[in-house]
Amino acid sequence: MESSQDNAFLEVNNLKMYFPVTQGIFRRKVGEVKAVDDVSFKVRKGETMGIVGESGCGKTTIGRCILRIYRPTAGQIIFKGQDIADIPSDKVRDLRRQIQLIFQDPYGSLDPRQSAGSIVGEALKIHRLCRNKEEYRNRVNELFAMVGLDPEMTNRYPHEFSGGQRQRIGIARALSCSPDFIVCDEPISALDVSIQAQIINLLKELQKKLGLTYLLIAHDLSVVRHISDTVAVMYLGHIVEITSGEELYVNPLMPYTKALLSAVPIPNPSVEKKRERIILKGEVPSPLNPPSGCPFHPRCPIAIPDCSQEVPLLRQIFPGHMVACIRV
Amino acid sequence: MAPLLEVKNLKVTFDTMAGIVKAVDGVSYHIDEEEVVGLVGESGCGKSVSQMATIQLIPTPPGHITGGEVIFEGKDLLKYRADSDQMRSVRGGKISMIFQEPMTSLNPVFSVGDQITETLSLHLKLNRQAAKQRAIELLEQVGIPDAAIRIDNYPHQFSGGMRQRVMIAMALSCHPKLVIADEPTTALDVTTQAQVLEIMMDMVKRYHSSLVIVTHNLGIVARHAQRIYVMYAGRIVEAGTSDDVFNNPRHPYTIALLKSVPRLDEPRGRQLVPILGLPPNLIDMPPICAFKPRCPLADKCKKETDPELRPVDDNHFVRCHIDAKGEPSGILSR
Repeated sequence: MESSQDNAFLEVNNLKMYFPVTQGIFRRKVGEVKAVDDVSFKVRKGETMGIVGESGCGKTTIGRCILRIYRPTAGQIIFKGQDIADIPSDKVRDLRRQIQLIFQDPYGSLDPRQSAGSIVGEALKIHRLCRNKEEYRNRVNELFAMVGLDPEMTNRYPHEFSGGQRQRIGIARALSCSPDFIVCDEPISALDVSIQAQIINLLKELQKKLGLTYLLIAHDLSVVRHISDTVAVMYLGHIVEITSGEELYVNPLMPYTKALLSAVPIPNPSVEKKRERIILKGEVPSPLNPPSGCPFHPRCPIAIPDCSQEVPLLRQIFPGHMVACIRV
Repeated sequence: MAPLLEVKNLKVTFDTMAGIVKAVDGVSYHIDEEEVVGLVGESGCGKSVSQMATIQLIPTPPGHITGGEVIFEGKDLLKYRADSDQMRSVRGGKISMIFQEPMTSLNPVFSVGDQITETLSLHLKLNRQAAKQRAIELLEQVGIPDAAIRIDNYPHQFSGGMRQRVMIAMALSCHPKLVIADEPTTALDVTTQAQVLEIMMDMVKRYHSSLVIVTHNLGIVARHAQRIYVMYAGRIVEAGTSDDVFNNPRHPYTIALLKSVPRLDEPRGRQLVPILGLPPNLIDMPPICAFKPRCPLADKCKKETDPELRPVDDNHFVRCHIDAKGEPSGILSR
């Protein structure tokens, strides 16, 4: 392991989040869903860490643990040198000033009865960040301008905006208390193709201007790779590969990553004809009853009997390229 | 050889409180035998509505098919009433559809077996025993393990990918000439998406059907389609073979769309070029080109009329006054 001198802004160590499965009127615990199982990674300041994986792999749960919407079952989340995994709930609000969230659904995440201005400014009031009304108004206007919305529109209601504009409101809200870390949970997957690029560019621009650090959670590999400096691939609660955005496409090592990449079609028929297509058999197993050993071994084309024995550890193959696979 | 399906100047409108929405405004296309055609466009561009209209699944009111012809096997389907016997024998029998949401398009209170055998006994007049046998066979072909047992399961007992396989089995059960797949994999995960598409392509090939893939995902079309129609604001703006459209796009919208999506195989640093503005309001369409307000080449285009779909090459058509091919790429990537 590298030492902490390379100054990780956020460091997640052996994070575990298990959800109990209960049954009957006494809600007796009958099992656990290991949504996130022993996950570690680091994010450096000003960079974007992307997490990809299919639904149910635990990527959103990681984001929610970092935001302390969930209290992790075990592990450390070291944010700016302080472990936030276990801080008491009354300190969480203070933390949220520094860590914010952008949601997936721009329709469901804005209160339809609140004006756009008050949605964006609500956090300013809660955290008492403005001394007077004028300062508040100026800050809201500034936030609107920052995300490319006309400050004249603060009195309008969410239904008067298009999907892309609503997502901009969501971004302005996340920026309102000047956080330095933002968890973006599928920020563009609900938007139309021609609008997605606008939001991607806005997120990149804001990152440069404000020195933000992002954790980008998405299922679309091409988007994640485009924005992220580092990409972590998740499968069934485990990180199976971490590498740079460049390396990911050029040199994927884990069989699951290869399959995931090959499943994403490239919009060019000539390129498509030449690509090797790996079609996975079967489906993702239930996290309630995960397979023994490597979580991917039942579907892996190169699995050997040893794969079902022990959970493979994430180990470094090249500098900055870690893989959890005994066959690599 | 006459094409399998030829749609000429199809028009569909919807009556709304705000006015009449011209969802499909003069769309013409054709599909040949055993051909895979992609229909791409953003939401609201009329791609689904045009497909629903060909088999008269438009809810009336508020929708109306106000013009055009749908020639299938030499007959104009729009001459038949939507609930006529002729139309019913086409729908599900000769032309079948795979919908986006496998949960809402399967009936939750009937087992999947009941739902597949229904089409089989209706269109192929099979008896119960034979229909069930055939249904099991179909489920096996789409890769459902233990098909003989699973046939008595209900839709909620299947995962999303499995449900979509059931839909594929059902759509191909009567050896249709044409299958229309409307966003068949949008609700699915990427690896499942690849799986399901592969199965769909296999099945279509096995039964010698033609396939229309309606999607907003340019990649899926590039991977599977032979020919492509690009739609914008209720019209086809570019048509051609998938090699032509992707390697040599000629309409500014197609070019802009291709530049706005990140690609896995390109250098990571490329700045995406978004398409500015929003798609037009289909109620109040200006008499000029519908893309003009967002078009990066609008300054160069002096014409104030609506362009026609015109050939720019063999089998390559574009609805644009200027041919974007000769334009320096700098303009389109400003």
